[in-house]
Amino acid sequence: MSTRITGTSHLKSENVNVWFGERHVLKDVNITFPANQVTALIGPSGCGKSTFLRTLNRMHELIPGAGFAGKILLDGTDIYDPQMDPVNVRLNIGMVFQKPNPFPTMSIKDNVLSGLRLSGRKTDDASGLLESSLRRASIWNEVKDRLGDAALSLSGGQQQRLCIARALAMNPEVLLMDEPCSALDPGSTRRIEETIVELSESMTIVIVTHNMQQAQRVADETAFFLAEDGNPGGVVEFGNTEDVFNRPVDGRTNDYVNGHFG
Amino acid sequence: MSTSSEPTSHSPVRRTLKAKPFSRADRMFFGVARSASYFSVILIALILVFLFIRATPAFQSQGIGFIFGSNWNTSNPHHIVMQIGPMIWGSLLISVLGIILGVPMALSTAYFIEFMAGKTMARVATLVVDLLAAMPSVVIGLWGLVVFTPVASHWAELLHKALGFIPIFANTSGNFSASPFIAGWIVAVMIVPIITSISREIFSQMDRELINASLALGGSRSSTFFKVVLPTASGGVVGGVLLGLGRALGETVAIYFVLNLIFKVNWFNIIENQGGSVASMILSKFGEASDAEISGLMAAGLVLFVVTLVVNWIAAYIVNKAQPWRKL
Repeated sequence: MSTRITGTSHLKSENVNVWFGERHVLKDVNITFPANQVTALIGPSGCGKSTFLRTLNRMHELIPGAGFAGKILLDGTDIYDPQMDPVNVRLNIGMVFQKPNPFPTMSIKDNVLSGLRLSGRKTDDASGLLESSLRRASIWNEVKDRLGDAALSLSGGQQQRLCIARALAMNPEVLLMDEPCSALDPGSTRRIEETIVELSESMTIVIVTHNMQQAQRVADETAFFLAEDGNPGGVVEFGNTEDVFNRPVDGRTNDYVNGHFG
Repeated sequence: MSTSSEPTSHSPVRRTLKAKPFSRADRMFFGVARSASYFSVILIALILVFLFIRATPAFQSQGIGFIFGSNWNTSNPHHIVMQIGPMIWGSLLISVLGIILGVPMALSTAYFIEFMAGKTMARVATLVVDLLAAMPSVVIGLWGLVVFTPVASHWAELLHKALGFIPIFANTSGNFSASPFIAGWIVAVMIVPIITSISREIFSQMDRELINASLALGGSRSSTFFKVVLPTASGGVVGGVLLGLGRALGETVAIYFVLNLIFKVNWFNIIENQGGSVASMILSKFGEASDAEISGLMAAGLVLFVVTLVVNWIAAYIVNKAQPWRKL
């Protein structure tokens, strides 16, 4: 087993540029994600915020023709270092996707523990890990009596919380969430938002969202992304959520957060 | 306008609604589709009836020994013995070997085309596999006899030298050609295209987010394939394998070229110079068969049909048992 990156998590992007084939989609993104805080990435569709999120755990490189420049530092180590195994990066930086995507062939229990099986790791206390992960994702009470049931027997909101539990079981330092509530009803959304706030006590969270109320409810920091007139996207404004929404420095941020476009 | 809540004095007259075609074009379309399906069902039924009628004399004269016995002697017209046990077993053995050899090849090829190759490479690989599917089986048989047999005999000899203490690699004749091992390879070559193309189709329809989820959890490409891609796609993949198995069991000409058909059951000595195959046996005997023998060959065809059907049922049952989540 190769070594894990250790220490309190501190994630930072330095001059990140991204291409899809010839198309330059992100230019010079510099963001420092404070440890144990929630950072929201907001912006209109096509501004590159989801793309940026996927560079943070090297999922971006799975797209054919993907290009990248710059650095992503996790505790000072560049995760794009040629010596770095992307598997190790993803073990430290977990991800929750837009659409709930539990493994359809596995039970609830097997879904939670799937990361261990997939990465070839073992645990001495599988049932303890199972329970703690499900508890942290606030879904334990709903599924504790049916852990052997198929994951697809759960509702959409429960499936998404199961996916959160699945990511938490690997005990990542950073959790990336790509519009985790966009496919869910308001009740499920509220529960997941509560979960996000609880989780941020023990991990760094980066969340992409289209929902500006959600950003204000859950995020400590907010970054506003924008891609103007065919130019590559970039960060227009980054700072304390309260400031970005109520006292934006840039006029474009002001227009966006007040619903004038996007 | 009256309100709908007024009580009605009469009960409503119910009529059954049917989505019947109305226009002339739709009626013709339905007519053609219906007759075509009836025609195919009737055709299959007629074939079975024909086979059954022609096979009956052989079943009557040979009894249960036709299936379980291992003797074929038609030199004395007053005492014809026709028993195809070794052929039935041989067909199964060759098919299993073909599946064991062919499925990993087919799945690897499908994975390569769908997940690894660039666009051009994927197109070329697909074309080559489709070409293989279009290859007439007689050509594969000739290739198997002239080109492949010397090569595979050498492999078999090496296997025997290294692992001869294991019974399946035993060989007492010293002749390594015309064995079930070689026939299994030939069957593998013939079923790889169909299993590849079906698996590729299934892989391409898979939700990519499941693969992303696995990789994001720290899965490697290989663990993602074995623990996520394959289980999720297993229903379709097994469907492809079953189609391949059907072809393997019925494969005739190619095996006729490369296998030494002997009326003695070769249980599992796969590199021994003797084997069986119902379809190839029919082909080999048909040319000079008397009426009574023809009946025996028809009966053999019927048995092959039933065996194929049963194997398919068993496989489908296993697939269903192995995939409880599909019942959702």
